Amino acid sequence: MTTVDLLGARERWVRTGGVELCVAELGDASRPTVLLVHGYPDSKEVWSEVAVRLADRFHVVLYDVRGHGRSTAPKPLRGGFTLEKLTDDFLAVADAVSPDAPVHLVGHDWGSVQSWEFVTVERTQGRIASFTSMSGPSLDHFGHWIKKRVTRPTPRRAAQLINQGAKSWYVYMLHTPVLPELAWRGPLGKRWPKLLQRLEKVPADGYPTLSLPSDAAHGAWLYRDNVRPRLRRPRPDAYAHAPVQLVVPSGDIFLSERLYDDLGRWAPQLTRRTLPAKHWAPRTRPDQLTAWITDFVTAHEDGGPAAPASAVAPAPGKHAERFAGRLVLVTGAGSGIGRATAFAFAEAGARVVAVDRDAESAARTAEMSRLVGAPSAWAETVDVSDEQAMEKLAEKVATEYGVVDVLVNNAGIGLSGAFLDTSAEDWKKVLDVNLWGVIHGCRLFGRQMAERRQGGHIVNTASAAAFQPSKALPAYSTSKAAVLMLSECLRAELAGQGIGVSAICPGFVNTNITATTRFAGVSADEEKRRQKRTSRLYGLRNYPPEKVADAVLRAVVRNQAVVPVTPEARGAHLMSRFTPKALRAIARLEPPL
Amino acid sequence: MTSAVQGGLSAELRGFQRVQTLAYACAEAVAAQLRPGVTEREAARMQREWLRARGVRDWFHLPFAWFGDRTAFVNFRIPLQFFPTNRRLEPGMPFILDMAPVYEGCTADIGYSGCLGLNPVHDKLLADLEAHRALILREVRERRPLREIYESVDRLMVRQGYANRHRAYPFGVIAHKVDRVKERRLSPHVFGFGTQSLKGLASDVLHGHRDGWSPLWSPYKFSDHPPQPGLWAVEPHLGFRGTGAKFEEILVVTDSADPEQSAFWLDDDLPHVRRWAEERAAA
Repeated sequence: MTTVDLLGARERWVRTGGVELCVAELGDASRPTVLLVHGYPDSKEVWSEVAVRLADRFHVVLYDVRGHGRSTAPKPLRGGFTLEKLTDDFLAVADAVSPDAPVHLVGHDWGSVQSWEFVTVERTQGRIASFTSMSGPSLDHFGHWIKKRVTRPTPRRAAQLINQGAKSWYVYMLHTPVLPELAWRGPLGKRWPKLLQRLEKVPADGYPTLSLPSDAAHGAWLYRDNVRPRLRRPRPDAYAHAPVQLVVPSGDIFLSERLYDDLGRWAPQLTRRTLPAKHWAPRTRPDQLTAWITDFVTAHEDGGPAAPASAVAPAPGKHAERFAGRLVLVTGAGSGIGRATAFAFAEAGARVVAVDRDAESAARTAEMSRLVGAPSAWAETVDVSDEQAMEKLAEKVATEYGVVDVLVNNAGIGLSGAFLDTSAEDWKKVLDVNLWGVIHGCRLFGRQMAERRQGGHIVNTASAAAFQPSKALPAYSTSKAAVLMLSECLRAELAGQGIGVSAICPGFVNTNITATTRFAGVSADEEKRRQKRTSRLYGLRNYPPEKVADAVLRAVVRNQAVVPVTPEARGAHLMSRFTPKALRAIARLEPPL
Repeated sequence: MTSAVQGGLSAELRGFQRVQTLAYACAEAVAAQLRPGVTEREAARMQREWLRARGVRDWFHLPFAWFGDRTAFVNFRIPLQFFPTNRRLEPGMPFILDMAPVYEGCTADIGYSGCLGLNPVHDKLLADLEAHRALILREVRERRPLREIYESVDRLMVRQGYANRHRAYPFGVIAHKVDRVKERRLSPHVFGFGTQSLKGLASDVLHGHRDGWSPLWSPYKFSDHPPQPGLWAVEPHLGFRGTGAKFEEILVVTDSADPEQSAFWLDDDLPHVRRWAEERAAA
């Protein structure tokens, strides 16, 4: 079995309170120090992927918590793992690696639990510049959270309590004497790596390390020494004295997202982030964590805790905690739904690549995106139906901007007219853009996402016409039905890799697709008249593309499969399932053109 | 409507210009007094008092004030929502002051957009309004049907990436006619609109209906006619994700055959026009 390594790490030993801690350092020691604290049952190697990425810009320090990895265990174990002693360890390490400047703390799981202690006790004042917490609440805050729900159990609060109570099953197990140690040193320790791979989708790259059985056996005392006393008598003054960035993995099976509802009270300078990931995010989402840690540390480096709020002013939009700093590519972003979607993502703080075949409008979208909150936005002029151009785009985006986190295949054109009037040329054109454009996008960017193995999301703009047949739109509806089915199939295929796929079915939305729709089988003048007439009708309906954009963001956050947007689209979707005959009758109606 | 005198305005137009200048002076004075924490109601009252103190006795409509995302009419469903609320101004918030005083029988209807402190989105919106002012004048001089001009403005907004927010006004109007108002001792108003002005507008609607035109410049069929000579208060209103900006000023349309004289802005010395000139000079 191979084990993960911290390449190029400098090692040192720090003696404190009767134990020796194994400390590893990466990167230039003159840079700001980022201190990574691991959880349970882990060792400092849990951070290996994140640490090497951070080492380019920071002085990265990791240490094995007492009793874990290569650090020695206290004797006796009972009473040797209290949060007070862990705080001593932290101060000893911080003084050894960064005697003059405060450090930036990053904690995962129990590393975060103890870091909350560090950041809320008096004696560490001035030693911590910022704290990034993931998957580990403060035991004191947790205690208050439980108390509040037990003393005034409204139905919702009771449900939250029961929910978290069920998720904490392992905590009760760890409080039984001897048995956990036996299990970890026996069969559980042996099977743990495979379990992690199967349940948590952690890549099989040699982590956990060989010390796992003893880490896990010793670490049980973290729970036994701290959980009961702290939950019974939580400190009333556990206020954070440094800015806190909270990263919440939405798929964490051990911790409810509701745990952090009251956190603003304890941490006045709080930045929230959500990540569609499971518990071991440092293994499964290193790129995203690195980006967020880098941003947060940089923002709080110069001024320390009193850094100006503007440096990390959270993007104002909805879902900013989810999309801040992520890379979003939208095709057909020069107008209509695509443009509104780009703006909505920009408002949530995402980096935006606006793709359109019209250079000017793509540039305009990028420019306005930067104005509403995108940290950066780029315009790319590409016709999505052009395979080679799309390949070039994918290559350029990957090398210059990074791997796309959210792909929105939105570009599409309209084609109306009877089937018998529609020429082969017309068919080819509409399928090239509406279907092949989506295929190229999914194929190229989907592959990049899959190869990165850190999740992502693909949104395809289908249409209500995908399930509402109509004699006026045979070609368009066919292309959109294909997009809908492609999305469903792709969703099944990519689900195992943490990549979600959503199909958006807008309905009648007031965009300029009506003004550019081709009407087959009529003269040029008649086509103009019909374009004008449809535009007016859609204008009267006046469903704004901004609402569709909101639906797109919601679909990504909730990982929805098929999203009909307008009321008529939702109605048609419902009817297609329960009264398809009625839809077929509607399909025969002559549109009022 | 009388046509403009070459090289100067007729006495009647000068009256309208005077009240428009007065209204913009009021907007600038009130805008300069806006501080964080001021409510829309207070801002509206400040405008009312400022103009009353300078002799305004009647209104086309009472002053409005919109702050924050109310400048883009977010979630406006009923016309009552236009009236000033207790929304407080915060740093960085955009605001719009909109007033239509009647002074010595002449009506002005103006809209003034500003923001408290820095707001790059608002600056961009305001800068992009310039193209609309030029477009409207050009197409009115071409004597295109008002409905088509409305659609051209709409298209320009879409190209710029904005939403059309004048659509939210009653009848979705981008402009409406204003005219002389008889000065009476009493000047009651209903729902914020002066009864004298409403009477004038109603009689225009009636006459226009017979002759195939409307004093309301809307996207609907009743605006499918060439520009009717008279004074039009034009108010293109852009909205962009919770930020709105507009200007409103009087466009003079005459029956002159000379394109230059057939339509012109009553006054070019207005805050937004000066602002564009300054921006151009700085660039």
